[in-house]
Amino acid sequence: MRLLRQAGWIVWKDLLTEYRGKEAFLSTVFFAFLVLIIFNFAFSPGSESTPEVAPGILWVAFTFSGVLSLNRSFLMEKETATLEALLLSPLPRGTLYLGKMAANLLFLLLVEALILPMFAVFFNYNLLPFSATLALVVLLADVGFVAVGTLFAAMAASLKTREILLPILLFPIVVPVLISAVKATGALLERLEFGELIPWLKILAAFDLVFVWVSYWVFEYVVEES
Amino acid sequence: MSKMVPWLVLISMLLALYGAFVYAPTERVMGPVQRIFYVHVGLAWNAFLAFFVVFLYSLLYLVRGRRRDDMVAACSAEVGLIFTTLVLVTGPLWARPVWNTWWPWGDPRLTTTLVLWLIYLAYMVLRSQMEESEQKYKFAAVLGIVGFLDVPIVWMSIRWWTRTLHPVVIRSGEVRLEPRMFHALLIAVVAFGLLYLYLLQLRLGIEQSKSRIEQFRQQSGLAG
Repeated sequence: MRLLRQAGWIVWKDLLTEYRGKEAFLSTVFFAFLVLIIFNFAFSPGSESTPEVAPGILWVAFTFSGVLSLNRSFLMEKETATLEALLLSPLPRGTLYLGKMAANLLFLLLVEALILPMFAVFFNYNLLPFSATLALVVLLADVGFVAVGTLFAAMAASLKTREILLPILLFPIVVPVLISAVKATGALLERLEFGELIPWLKILAAFDLVFVWVSYWVFEYVVEES
Repeated sequence: MSKMVPWLVLISMLLALYGAFVYAPTERVMGPVQRIFYVHVGLAWNAFLAFFVVFLYSLLYLVRGRRRDDMVAACSAEVGLIFTTLVLVTGPLWARPVWNTWWPWGDPRLTTTLVLWLIYLAYMVLRSQMEESEQKYKFAAVLGIVGFLDVPIVWMSIRWWTRTLHPVVIRSGEVRLEPRMFHALLIAVVAFGLLYLYLLQLRLGIEQSKSRIEQFRQQSGLAG
């Protein structure tokens, strides 16, 4: 209970900062939207290849905007010395991790909630009949992505080359998340049966469990000041 | 004991060459090109061993914080990365004449090995971008742990991914291996295992000299 309340404060702090700033959120949405559009030019829309490439394009947009927002997550904390204050406070490191992770997750989910309707319009899909299952896929994939992403963002924030280093560290690790999310989304768009999704959901769930737990455990080594 | 290692490497490598080129029979369908198998698999298994060592020593470093544990992890990652690179080179060389393609994406082992290679390349990039500090060793250890735990999940996802694209056509039939081929393979695995030990030992020696020089520098006030 105490853990949830404390993590909740971190989430509240991060979201409030975002809400007062707003420009970060809007530019992330704009960026994800641009990725969709650019890929529309790369693969001519409405052609026969659309069903095959559409889920991939969607997840590339999510991944790229996810990395952008993760990069910011600890940068502001560093610049304003908020991180030091947080580390001084009687807050367990693991709780701090869960709070930051949940804030990043909410941020990403909000971006995606705005991008999905645009995707539906530009790629001509009706997402409503399976929106609940799609939401489950997106949620499971995002938890895994953000679990490792938050950990690595905390590492990258203390390096000069952080902008490029975060994707270098993150992308190879999240390969299973990306594969599963793309295949599961593809199965949904093609209206395959739910049974087709189950192996992908299992892989996503396994990834989430392993990496939320591991990151929670190792986070203290990453933020400790040297 | 450690003086023996280079000689053991030499002897076992010669034996492995004899095993691969003379002792083992020529494969009926693939012909002589199949003999790359002994090098390929010998390297691959030891690369996995190297990455397991990275994982183990990363864990040890986080638990007890000894500088040497980090050195072992770093050196093992380097050797593992070289071995994996060679696996990724010998694989396509073999695949081209046998499967008629350099890079069959349909093979889960190949694709998993590629992801493995990327993970440890990222590990080296991370190390190269940080100054010597406890922070660097901790960061590297975290990546060494996360990366290794990721491998089984990568493997599962890629196996499912390839299954849905097209059936797995290619299975290297090493389950039912001709006894002499199996012996040659075992010798090759042992030979590359010894080579791994030897390279690890050399690399560790260099790292230790480096840190000793650094110590002398700091003691004599010549730092920087």
